[in-house]
Amino acid sequence: MEHFFQQLTNGLAVGGIYALIALGYTMVYGVMKLINFAHGDLFTYGAYLGMTLLTSFFLQDRLGMVAGLVILAVMVMGLVALIGAVLERAVYRPLRESPRLSAVVSALGASIFLQNALMLLYGARVHVYPEDLLPQATVNVLGLEVPLMRIVVVLASVVMMAVLYLFVQKTKIGTAIRAAAIDQGAARLMGIDVNRVILLVFLIGPALGGAAGLLVGLYYGQVSFTMGWLYGMKAFTAAILGGIGNIPGAMVGGLLLGVIEALGAAYLSLAWKDALSFLVLIFILIVRPTGLLGERVADKV
Amino acid sequence: MSRGLLVSYAILTVVLAGAPLVLDAYWVDVLNSVGLYALLALSLNIILGDAGLFNMGHAAFYAVGAYTTAILNTRLGLPTLWALPVSGLVAALFAALVARPVIHLRGDYLLIVTIGLGEIVRIALVNDVFGLTGGANGLFGIARPTLFGLKIRRPHEFFYLIWAFVALTVFLFHRLEQSRFGRALNYLREDPVAAEGSGVNTGRYKLLAFALGAAWAGMAGNLYAAKMTIISPESFSFWESVLLFLIVILGGSGSIPGVLLGAFLVVGLPELFRGFASARMLVFGLVMMVLMVFRTQGLLPLRTVRFKKSDLERARAAP
Repeated sequence: MEHFFQQLTNGLAVGGIYALIALGYTMVYGVMKLINFAHGDLFTYGAYLGMTLLTSFFLQDRLGMVAGLVILAVMVMGLVALIGAVLERAVYRPLRESPRLSAVVSALGASIFLQNALMLLYGARVHVYPEDLLPQATVNVLGLEVPLMRIVVVLASVVMMAVLYLFVQKTKIGTAIRAAAIDQGAARLMGIDVNRVILLVFLIGPALGGAAGLLVGLYYGQVSFTMGWLYGMKAFTAAILGGIGNIPGAMVGGLLLGVIEALGAAYLSLAWKDALSFLVLIFILIVRPTGLLGERVADKV
Repeated sequence: MSRGLLVSYAILTVVLAGAPLVLDAYWVDVLNSVGLYALLALSLNIILGDAGLFNMGHAAFYAVGAYTTAILNTRLGLPTLWALPVSGLVAALFAALVARPVIHLRGDYLLIVTIGLGEIVRIALVNDVFGLTGGANGLFGIARPTLFGLKIRRPHEFFYLIWAFVALTVFLFHRLEQSRFGRALNYLREDPVAAEGSGVNTGRYKLLAFALGAAWAGMAGNLYAAKMTIISPESFSFWESVLLFLIVILGGSGSIPGVLLGAFLVVGLPELFRGFASARMLVFGLVMMVLMVFRTQGLLPLRTVRFKKSDLERARAAP
C-alpha cells in the first residue's frame, strides 16, 4: 500500500509538470489552432536556464529558502517568456494567414533550431543540477516519507495553475483571451487587440513551460537538450486528454496522465511506460475525440 | 504530364545514370540515401500530399518493411529481393489495421495520433516484441540482394537498384494522379464534405491511401535493410518521420517533382556542409522557418488544374 501511495505522489508531481507544459499548448492551440512544436523546447530552455542561474553567484547561498526558489523561478519564467514572445513575433505572426501545414512545419523548424542552439551552447552531454544546492529533506505526510522536492513540485504547479485559471476567468484581459479563442474576427470587432492577446499567450504559455522545466531540473536533477520533445508530446497528450483549448482540461489531463503513467510504470511495465501515454491518447481520441472536459461539436468526415 | 516536366525527367535520368561513373563511393552513397528518401517521401506524398491526411508517423511503416525483410531473411533465409513485395504487403496490412480506428480524426488530431503510433512501434521494437526484433540492438546479418546472379554489394550497384525503383515509382505515381483513385484523393483533400456528398467513400479512400503509402514505405524499408545489413529502432525515430514530412512540405505537397526536389535538398544538400556538422541542423531549422514564411506552398508547388472554357461548356451541355 505504501508503494502505491509513493507512486501516486510521484505521479502527481510528474502530472503537475505535464499540466504546466500542457497549459502552454492548450492556450496557443485555443487561440491560434496551432500545435506549437517548439513549446517542448522552451520547456528545456527553462531547465537549462534554471541550472545556469542556480549556480550563479548570488543565488548560490540563498537556496533552501523559499525566497531563493521564487527568485529563481521568476527569472527563468521571464527569460523563457521572452524567447516565446520573440518566436511569436518573428515566426508565427507572419504565418497567421497561411495554410495550416506551413505553420506546423515552421514550428518544427523552430523546435530544431532551438534544440540545436542549446546543444551548441551547452554541449550534447546530459547535465546535472548541482546536488549540494538542492534541499534533500523528506517530509512526513500522513505517515509517509515523501521527498520535500516532490511536494514543492506539486504545490508550485498547483499554485501556478490556480493563478492562471483565476486570471483567465476573472480579469478583463482573461476575458479577451477567451474571446479571441472563440472567434478572432468577432473579438477584433469588439475592440480587442488580437495581436496583443496572442503575444500575451506566447508570454504566459512559455513562462509556465519554463517553470515546468525548472521543476523537472530540481526534481530529477538531470537535464538533456533533447528532453523537450518527449515531455512536450506527453503534455500535448494531456491537453488532448482534457480537451484541447480548455484550461481546466489541461490541468486535469496533465495530473491524470502523470498518475496513469506512474502507476502503469510501477504495476504494468517500466519499459512500456512511454507507449502507455500514447495508447491512452489513441484510446481517448477514439472514444471521446474532444477530450474529457471538451464540448462535443458536430463536425464529421 | 507536360512537355517541360518530361524534358526535366529526361535530363535528370541522364545526369543520374552517369553520376556513378564520375563520383566516388561516398557521394554515390549520399545519392543512394537521397533515392531512399525520395521513395519514402513519394510514398508519404500519397497520404499527406494527395489525400491531405496529416501523417507524422510514417517511419513506422518504413520500420515494419525493414524488420519484415530482416526477419524473413535472417530467420527463414528468404532472399532479400524476394522479401521486397512481402515487406510492402505486410506494411500495407499493418497500416490498414492501425489506421482503421483513427482515420476519421480531423487534421491536427490525426497528426498527433500518427506521432503516437510511430512512437508505439518504435518502443515495441526496442522492447523486442514477440522476441523477433532484437531489442535496442536491432537485427544484423541481413543478406545483400542478388539480381540475375549478380550480388549487389557496392554503393554503385545499389545506386542503380534504388534509382530504378525510384523511376518506376515516379512513373506509377504520375499515372496514379490521373486515375480515378488519384482524383478521388485530391477531391478528398480539397473538400472532404463535398467529396462524401458526391459519392466518394471517404473512409475507404483514406484507408487505401494509407495502405498504398505504407506499401511503398515498406518496400523502401526492404531496400534500406538490404543496403545497411543492420537495422535498429534508432533508424525509425520520430525525427525520421519529421524529415519525411519536411521533404514533402518543403518540396511542394502533392507535387511529385516537388517531392523529388525536396529529397535532394533536404537529404543531399546538407552533405555538402558536413564540415560544419554541429551548426548544420541549426541552419536547417532556420531555413525551414524562413522558407515557410516566404514560400508557404513549398518550392515546387502543385499547380491546380485549370479548366479550359471549352471543357466547362461541354460539361454544362452534358445531360
